[in-house]
Amino acid sequence: MSSTTPLLDVSGLTKHFPIKGGFPIKRTVGAVQAVDGLDFQVAEGESLGLVGESGCGKSTTGRLITRLLEPTGGKITYRGQDITHAGRRDLAPIRSEIQMIFQDPYASLNPRQTVGKIISGPMEINDIDPEGGREKRVRELLEIVGLNPEHYNRFPHEFSGGQRQRIGVARALALEPKLIVADEPVSALDVSIQAQVVNLLQKVQRELGIAFVFIAHDLAIVRHFSQRVAVMYLGKIVEIADREDLYGNPRHPYTRALLSAVPEATVEEEPRERIRLTGDVPSPINPPSGCRFRTRCWKATEKCASEAPPLVQVEGNKPGHLTACHYPETAGTVPAPRLSKDPEAAA
Amino acid sequence: MSTPFLSVRDLKVHFSTEDGIVKAVDGLSFDLEKGKTLGIVGESGSGKSVTNMAILGLHDPRNTALDGEVLLDGKELVTATEKELEQLRGNKMSMIFQDALASLSPYHTIGAQIGETYRKHTGCSKKEARERSVEMLRRVGIPQPDVRVDDYPHQFSGGMRQRAMIAMALVCDPELLIADEPTTALDVTVQAQIMDLLKDLQQEFGTAIIFITHDLGVIADIADDVLVMYGGRCVERGTKKEVLQTPQHPYTLGLLGSMPSLDGPVDVPLSPIPGSPPSLLNPPSGCRFHPRCAFAGQVAGGRCSSERPALEFVDGRAAACHLTPEQKRELFSDYAAARTH
Repeated sequence: MSSTTPLLDVSGLTKHFPIKGGFPIKRTVGAVQAVDGLDFQVAEGESLGLVGESGCGKSTTGRLITRLLEPTGGKITYRGQDITHAGRRDLAPIRSEIQMIFQDPYASLNPRQTVGKIISGPMEINDIDPEGGREKRVRELLEIVGLNPEHYNRFPHEFSGGQRQRIGVARALALEPKLIVADEPVSALDVSIQAQVVNLLQKVQRELGIAFVFIAHDLAIVRHFSQRVAVMYLGKIVEIADREDLYGNPRHPYTRALLSAVPEATVEEEPRERIRLTGDVPSPINPPSGCRFRTRCWKATEKCASEAPPLVQVEGNKPGHLTACHYPETAGTVPAPRLSKDPEAAA
Repeated sequence: MSTPFLSVRDLKVHFSTEDGIVKAVDGLSFDLEKGKTLGIVGESGSGKSVTNMAILGLHDPRNTALDGEVLLDGKELVTATEKELEQLRGNKMSMIFQDALASLSPYHTIGAQIGETYRKHTGCSKKEARERSVEMLRRVGIPQPDVRVDDYPHQFSGGMRQRAMIAMALVCDPELLIADEPTTALDVTVQAQIMDLLKDLQQEFGTAIIFITHDLGVIADIADDVLVMYGGRCVERGTKKEVLQTPQHPYTLGLLGSMPSLDGPVDVPLSPIPGSPPSLLNPPSGCRFHPRCAFAGQVAGGRCSSERPALEFVDGRAAACHLTPEQKRELFSDYAAARTH
């Protein structure tokens, strides 16, 4: 994919939610800087993973891409067309190409509609009559996602969580989309069911060539599913790279700490190197100046407080591996310094 | 052999509902020593939380039938009266819940909530209780504990609330601590902090901990022994190392195969367990896992669907499965090989 335009191009994407306060006249007293200047591209048929802790803005990003939210600033380009502030009418044809899978399989399906009605909903709205009729198409879709086509007339409450998520996937596939934004599609499911749905999504991605923006907090699942991964912290991307580079050679201290905090179901003879971050994620209403991670970073200096590090290819990285840090970690797997557990000593 | 600190024998918890009797826990036995951590793993509805509610006597007696034996330090809990249990709860045994925000009262300060338990069991003055609360908050790593003790729960972050819950559970130095998914609602970096804290506190006080989770990764980090539950029964038990490295039950194997790892191969699909967890209203006959089991056909005479497999002990390990050890060695090795590169 040399000169072709990416399927989705996001630059400088910003979303600030205003905070209203005061009496009797409410005015804007501040803003939650949920997403603050994101740049990334998604190529056709590619899966980009967005990971980060709660409140880092990954779900907001998903809702901005699907234009369920209006961006405050920046630009979203879909197949060369600027959709940042596109109106309802201009968005209509694009909405059928960008679909979404939601986290909660209980809240995202209408309990009063049959499965057939739910899955054919997108076709109805867009006035699409597939060959052989909508019902035939729905039955096909049910088959693709591994449900019995005979279940056409059943209601969502007759299905288990994993099956409901499959219905959600079938609905997202109904219009043959080019891009699916999946917001924590498996986090509400049991472990054994998670694997079923991940396998299904992977099959869909490969066989139908659909691009994915895969939002999750589970680093192992993102690694399994996405070819490229972006790590977010407090509304910014701190590191983005191919999965091999990101997981094998993390250069941002936060990425490194995040990876070392994931508990793995293995018993090691020698305990793994662990970086323990102290404290919590700061509030996005009043984020730290400069680098937003500096309040929890063991390498922070005055430079980090005054100057926000740009997202660039730091020395020793492969092209496409971008890191936003003034003092990137050494390339390769050198043990990072162990953090003191005592909060007073760290302060 | 000395009696273990906590001993659960053939525990049964049945709920009567409009649709029939739900056998949430159906014959569970385990032991726990002081200073050790038992990890209970299972999917939702496997009975892991119900087991521990029953130990603490927190079930609703109007629709719950309890049977079996729970001995805590020699004291029988199943037949104990509410008054006796009240003496023990918060004092000798206590619990940390999953959702810290829902488990804290929004109308009372953190300090008041921690001190309440302490006052009840020691009968000390308000002032002493407050001092104790500050000390507990300091111990669980809350900065400026003498100021934060007067905060309300909404002023705390998620990780701090969970710390406050731990402080509350430990205020009377209980000998048994039950932690029901205490880190599930937290981010990984905060989860790591909380688990370190629990480990430190356990070393300091020698508390016995029952740690309930659905995450085998968390188990690998914190537990000494592991008990795997499925459909209200224990399917496998052993030390952490044994269970994670050489699982003896197809369900444990399936769980491990369902989880992607941070350094495994990426282009092979995961090997999930087909189907979904059983309904406990009408559980499958025989082995409750047999409808989802890949190896059910390998057992002669269809015993998997007709006969409940006993939890058999072999070299201190227990697995409830009809497969013979030879069959397991052969069948599971293929599985294990497929999983590791």
